[in-house]
Amino acid sequence: MKRQGLYLAAVAGLALALGTSSALAQKKYDPGASDTEIKVGNMNPYSGPASAYGMIGKTIAAYFKKVNAEGGVNGRKINFISYDDAYSPPKAVEQARKLVESDEVLLIFQSLGTPSNTAIQKYMNAKKVPQLFVATGATKWGDPQHFPWTMGWQPSYQAEGRIYAKYLLKEKPGAKIGILYQNDDYGKDYVKGMKDGLGAKAASMIVSEQPYETSDPTVDSQIVNLKASGADTFFNVTTPKFAAQAIKKSAEIGWKPLHLLNNVSQSIGGVLKPAGLENSKGILSTYYLKDPNDPTFQKDDGYKEWLAFMDKYFPDGDKSSSFTVYGYSVAQTLVQVLKQCGDNLTRENVMKQAASLKDLEFGMLLPGIKINTSATDFYPIEQMQMQRFTGDRWELIGPVMSGNDGS
Amino acid sequence: MPVRTRMQWMLAAAAVVAAALLPLVAKNFILFQLTLAMVYGIAILGLCLLTGINGQFSLGHSAFFALGAYTAAIMMDRFGINYLWTLPAAGIVCLVFGFLFGVPALRLHGIYLALATFSLAVATPQILKSTPLEPWTGGVQGIVILKPDAPFGLPLSPDQWLYYLTLLVVVVMFGAAANLINGRTGRALIAIRDNPIAARAMGVDISLYKSLTFGVSAFYTGVAGALGAIVIQFVAPDSFTFSFAIALFVGLVVGGVGSIPGALFGGLFVLFVPNIAEHFSKGLAGAIYGLILIVVIYLMPSGAAGLVKLVVNKLTRKTTAS
Repeated sequence: MKRQGLYLAAVAGLALALGTSSALAQKKYDPGASDTEIKVGNMNPYSGPASAYGMIGKTIAAYFKKVNAEGGVNGRKINFISYDDAYSPPKAVEQARKLVESDEVLLIFQSLGTPSNTAIQKYMNAKKVPQLFVATGATKWGDPQHFPWTMGWQPSYQAEGRIYAKYLLKEKPGAKIGILYQNDDYGKDYVKGMKDGLGAKAASMIVSEQPYETSDPTVDSQIVNLKASGADTFFNVTTPKFAAQAIKKSAEIGWKPLHLLNNVSQSIGGVLKPAGLENSKGILSTYYLKDPNDPTFQKDDGYKEWLAFMDKYFPDGDKSSSFTVYGYSVAQTLVQVLKQCGDNLTRENVMKQAASLKDLEFGMLLPGIKINTSATDFYPIEQMQMQRFTGDRWELIGPVMSGNDGS
Repeated sequence: MPVRTRMQWMLAAAAVVAAALLPLVAKNFILFQLTLAMVYGIAILGLCLLTGINGQFSLGHSAFFALGAYTAAIMMDRFGINYLWTLPAAGIVCLVFGFLFGVPALRLHGIYLALATFSLAVATPQILKSTPLEPWTGGVQGIVILKPDAPFGLPLSPDQWLYYLTLLVVVVMFGAAANLINGRTGRALIAIRDNPIAARAMGVDISLYKSLTFGVSAFYTGVAGALGAIVIQFVAPDSFTFSFAIALFVGLVVGGVGSIPGALFGGLFVLFVPNIAEHFSKGLAGAIYGLILIVVIYLMPSGAAGLVKLVVNKLTRKTTAS
């Protein structure tokens, strides 16, 4: 026993010595970092079918311009190299290799889309280059055991599913749930989150599950089936076109359940208006960023800062789009990671710091939402807040809720 | 003419030697890009045989490329078969499929055939995503495959090895294509393109030749697809969209319709010009790509091959005159 204590003390002492010596040590750099700059790589679909997302890349570039104008991160300028991958996986592999092998960036940040990120994940992990805060909601990005160099950012689909489950358990424990979901990984992630969240009650509460294919022309028959199943709660896991169809059809056949809509399809212009604003009234969803169109936020400091940034550094950007808010917030997260790295700008330390974020709050995240990560938790944002559609806008309701696995 | 052919063969041999020496100086990333360009070149050669030599249009070669890529990926991932075997297998699967598609396509000519193949290109990504096939294709997620190392302990990086492997495939397949075109079959194919009635009068079985050409064209593109999958290490439905079919078509026209070495130039164009366009302006990359395309077509109306021919003709005329 005594020997063990001694041994522990020795280890602790050694660790302390190592710790202080590394703190005192010289500045440490991996490729892409130096005394004057940090090279950050990125890929966005600036062209092609998903080019609307390109707004995110442009916002991030504008934000780094602001950071550089204000002196950079610990005195180093961010050199943001962003390429177009046109949402094509082969192009993404080519651009990622160009960034890592030719431009020699320190890390790749916010590469967008599930297919593109899947295509480069193995390469990035083999090369041991951080693939940081990827722009996709798939659940698989938080797997530090198998992919320690990859990390997501936004709440995963499963986390969102768990939040709806929590809401139901609290507000409507006797709900009879009917689920409409897209029959792919995205849809199944949501359904898994819902079932995990309901736990033992899942079997009794879920009365019907209706999958649809993206190739289906409509989801009419699925909605009719859901109504016939006697469900009084509708969990709607659909992409925008099908979401609008589902809302419209259920109104047409006079089915008025408690309607939970996944936030993939919460766009007012793209979904709720085509479905009919009257039909959409009362729909519930979730979100984690401030809606720049929401008058309740327009007096707060976070919003004003964002607006000042947009006016000065990104005047062409769309101030009503959630993409600019998203890009702004995720760029702030990276800057915080780089700040925490101090003078130790190795790829290993970047991942270490990205996995040690504690209670971060940013101006355009909803009040109360905090970013937390650890060596085993690679899901930065896991909290969201419920919101209800009033007929012309989303209104936040209830407290911020956690979609965390454990709690 | 024989002097000319000998010169062409010597030029081709010199190009191969130069290409074989390149890995000694070029970085892995450049080799990776060139490997991809060669892969696209093989696919474009398939299209070239069909459109340039036989006069049948296709806007659907992305479908054959996808079929080849998925054949390779499924063989490697689900059955653990060595990647080298996937190349002929992918080619044969595509040959059969292309031949079968070529039979009904006989009834369609010109732009109507282009539309029919177009539907193939549009349908492919959706079919790959569909649920019944998901256990094989992996659905939207696609299939991740491992990059092969150099065999026999050769002191080559995986990128260098794949570059040499692709170069070998290029030499074999381009040689075979040249052989095909310069022989009896090639003359029959060209006769069908230029004057089908005369060809029939000469005793050429038009239906058989046309369907076979479709098959052979699909074979080339399928092998390219398999190589592409191995080089990229990943296949997914979004890799084989309609825009990829158009990219191959652009490569064909820019390289020179009907020219075998032109197909390689087409491959280089498909890979590098979007990067060049992006270099000028991110927001206007598409517009600049279009502009480059227009300028290229305007300056070389018969493609890169036509331009080379023109220059060679001018030079030789000068030398014979002086």
